[in-house]
Amino acid sequence: MHSRDTSGQFRLLLPLVTAACLGPLSAHAFCGFYVGKSDAKLFNEASQVALVRDGERTVMTMSNDYKGALTDFALVVPVPSVLSKEQIHVGERKYIERLDAYSAPRLVEYFDPDPCAVARYRVLAPATESSRGMMAAKDEAKRGIALGVTVEARYTIGEYDILILSAKESSGLETWLRESGYRIPPKASAALAPYIRQDMKFFVAKVNLTSHKEAGFNYLRPIQIAYESKKFMLPIRLGMANATGPQDLVVYTLTRRGRVESTNYRTTKLPTGMDIPLAVKEDFGGFFKAVFEHAYENEDRRAVLTEYAWNMSWCDPCAADPLSPAELRQLGVFWLDDGPAPMGIRRPMIPSNSSPVFLTRLHVRYDPEHFPEDLVFQETGDQENFQARYVLRHPFEGSLSCAAGERYREQVEERRRIEAQTLAQLTGWQSDVIRRRTGTDAPTPKPWYQRLWSK
Amino acid sequence: MPARLAAVSIRDPRLLQIAFLGSFLCAGLTVLHFDLQLWQPLLIVATALGMQWGMTRLMKVPPAGYLSPLISSFGLSLLLRSDLWWIPPFAAAVAISSKFLIRFRGKHIFNPTNLGLAAAMLVSDRAWCSPSQWGESAVLIAWFAIFGLAVAHRAFRSDVSIYFFGAWLLLKLGRVVYLGQRLPVLWHQLSTGSLILFTFFMISDPKTTPDSRLGRAIYASAVAGFAFYLQHGLWRYNTLIWALLAVSPLVPLIDWLFKGERYRWPGQSFSQATLFTSGRGSGEMKFGRFGIAVLGRIFAFITASLPTMPLR
Repeated sequence: MHSRDTSGQFRLLLPLVTAACLGPLSAHAFCGFYVGKSDAKLFNEASQVALVRDGERTVMTMSNDYKGALTDFALVVPVPSVLSKEQIHVGERKYIERLDAYSAPRLVEYFDPDPCAVARYRVLAPATESSRGMMAAKDEAKRGIALGVTVEARYTIGEYDILILSAKESSGLETWLRESGYRIPPKASAALAPYIRQDMKFFVAKVNLTSHKEAGFNYLRPIQIAYESKKFMLPIRLGMANATGPQDLVVYTLTRRGRVESTNYRTTKLPTGMDIPLAVKEDFGGFFKAVFEHAYENEDRRAVLTEYAWNMSWCDPCAADPLSPAELRQLGVFWLDDGPAPMGIRRPMIPSNSSPVFLTRLHVRYDPEHFPEDLVFQETGDQENFQARYVLRHPFEGSLSCAAGERYREQVEERRRIEAQTLAQLTGWQSDVIRRRTGTDAPTPKPWYQRLWSK
Repeated sequence: MPARLAAVSIRDPRLLQIAFLGSFLCAGLTVLHFDLQLWQPLLIVATALGMQWGMTRLMKVPPAGYLSPLISSFGLSLLLRSDLWWIPPFAAAVAISSKFLIRFRGKHIFNPTNLGLAAAMLVSDRAWCSPSQWGESAVLIAWFAIFGLAVAHRAFRSDVSIYFFGAWLLLKLGRVVYLGQRLPVLWHQLSTGSLILFTFFMISDPKTTPDSRLGRAIYASAVAGFAFYLQHGLWRYNTLIWALLAVSPLVPLIDWLFKGERYRWPGQSFSQATLFTSGRGSGEMKFGRFGIAVLGRIFAFITASLPTMPLR
C-alpha cells in the first residue's frame, strides 16, 4: 500500500475496511472501520452510480441494494438510444465498493510529541462510509400491447430480463407498463413525458428468477450500459415518482481531464481539514452523517456536495488503495490503453500506477421539490485534489514535568475548546449533545478568577 | 476629450454598476464560497487597469477612465474559474486590449468580458465557468436587486436587456411547456447568476450593440435563439457566451441593413462598458413607458413571490 505524508509515518488499518466492504450485502450496513456493524442505517434509500465519460462516450454502472421480493424488482432508466446487447453488461458489485472505499470521507489521527522531548509523530489514516441502493422506478413488465409503445429490443443478460422501449406518449407508456404488471405510481406519466418528448428510449430491467438462481448470487449485481450521447446527465426525476421522501445518491464520475460538477445545481465542497474532538472516533459514521446533513440544510437542500475529487493514481492519506487499471476497466474506463494523456493533464505527484483518471464523488440528496430537473454535469479542467478529511489530535500522555509541559497542558485545554466549537459548527449539534458525546474529553474551562492571580 | 470629462462623476451610472457587481463578488468570496481565491480578482483588476493605462498610451487615444475596465474585471472575476494562475490575468488582458484593437468604424466589436471569457476557455481546458455556483437564494436576491435598480435607475435599463430576456424567457417557457414539465423547472433554469450578469452587464453594452432599435431587437433575439439552440440542440455549455461571441461580428452588417444613429455617451463622458442611458443625447434608445411598466410588473411579481421562495 502506497501512502504518503509529509509529517511522518503512517500506520494503516485499511485491510479491515476493505474486508468489511467486500463482504456480501449486509443490508444498508455502514461500511467503515469505525462504525458498529449492526445498527448503522446511514443513508437510507441510497443509490450508487458510476459515470465514466470521455467525449460523448459514457459508461454508466448502476448499483442497487434492492431488498424487496425479486419478482417486484424493476429498473426503468431513460437512455439516449436503443442499446444493442453488447452495450449492456452485468458487472460486479465489488468495483463500486472499491470506489466507495477509496473515496470515502476519512479520519486522520495525529499524536502530539512529548513537549519536554524531541518531536515524535505517528499518523494513522482510515475510515470509510458507504451507501447504496437502486436507481429508478419500480415496475414489472409483461407482453406488449400497442398503445404507442414499441419493444425495440429484448435481452436476457445475467440475472436480468431487459427490454428497450420507445413510446409515443407518456400515458400510453404508463398504461402499457401497468397492464404489463408494473405497479406504476400515479405521477409516473408526468415524469415519463419529458423523456418521450426528447425522443429517449426506456431501459427496463427485471430479475429473471431462473438465471438469478443459477448464478447463485444472493444480491443483484450492478447493471452497466455503454452509450454515446452529447448529454452528460443523470435522470433522477423518474426515481422521484414513487419515492416517499428524499433519496440519497452517490455519483462517482471517472473522467480524463478534471473535476466534475453540476451545471444546473450548485455544487459545493464539504467542509474539510478540521481538527475535531477525539470522541468522534467512536462514531465517525454518525459524525459524518451529521456533517453531510448540516451542509445539505445550509445549502437549502438544493446543492450537490462534493466529497472527493482526486487523480486516481494516488491518494494522501489513502482510505483504500487506488483502483488498479484492471478494476478501472471493469468500471468501464475505456481510455487506459490510449497512450499519453490529452493536453492539460498534470503529471501525478506519485507516478505509481499513473492513470489519467480523475475521480469525483458527488453526494446528492434529492426530492421533487428541490430538484425539479435532472442532474446535468460538466467536466471542468480543475485538477485540484479535494477530500473530506477530519483530524484527531491525541495529546501527549506522559508526565509533563517541565515548564513547557505546563504551557502545553493549557494549549491542549484551549485546543479541546476549539475542537468542540468546530464540532458544533460542522454538525449543528447543540452544546449538550457535544458534551455528552465528547464525555471526558470535553474541555474543562478554568474559572475566570483562577487566571487572575496565577502567574 | 477634456480631462474633466474623463473624471469620475458621482452621477456616473457605472458607479452603481460597480457597487452591484462588487457586492455580488464580495458575497461570492465570503458567504457563497465561490471556487475563487482572493488573489484572482485582484490580479484581474490589476491587469485590466494596467492594460487600460498601457493601451491608452500605446494607441494614443484620449483617456476614458478606469471605471469600464473595473466593470469588466468584476464580470470576469464572477464568471471565470481556473486552477492555473495565468488564466485570469490573460483573460483580463484580452478583454481590455480587444477594445482598442478589434474595432470597426469606431465601435469595438466584442464585449470585453465576453471575449476574455471565450479566449480563456479556448486557449486552455483548465478554464471553465460554473453557471450554478450562485445558489438559488442568492440569485433570487440578485434578480430582486437588479429589477429594483432597473425600475429605479436608468443605468440598469437597456432595451437590449429586455429584448434578450424576453426572447430567452419565451424560448425557455416554450421548451418547458413542450416537454410537459412543470413551471418550477422554468424558475430553476432562470436561477443562475450568470444569466443576470449576461443580461444586464454583457449583452447590453451599448458600444457593441446595433445602432437602430430594430437592429438591437434582431441582435438580442439572435443571441437568445442561437444560445438556446446550442444548449438544447447541441448540448453545449456556456452557450450565452459563445452565442454572443458568434453574433457580435454581425453587428456591422445589422447596422448597414438597419440604419440608426450611432450611440453616444451622454456628454461623451462615459466610456465603453457603460450601459444605455435614456432621456438624453441624440442617438438614444428610447426605453419608453411600456418598458418601465414591464419591469415594474416583473419587480412586483418577484416581490410578491418572495415569501414563498426558499430564502435562507
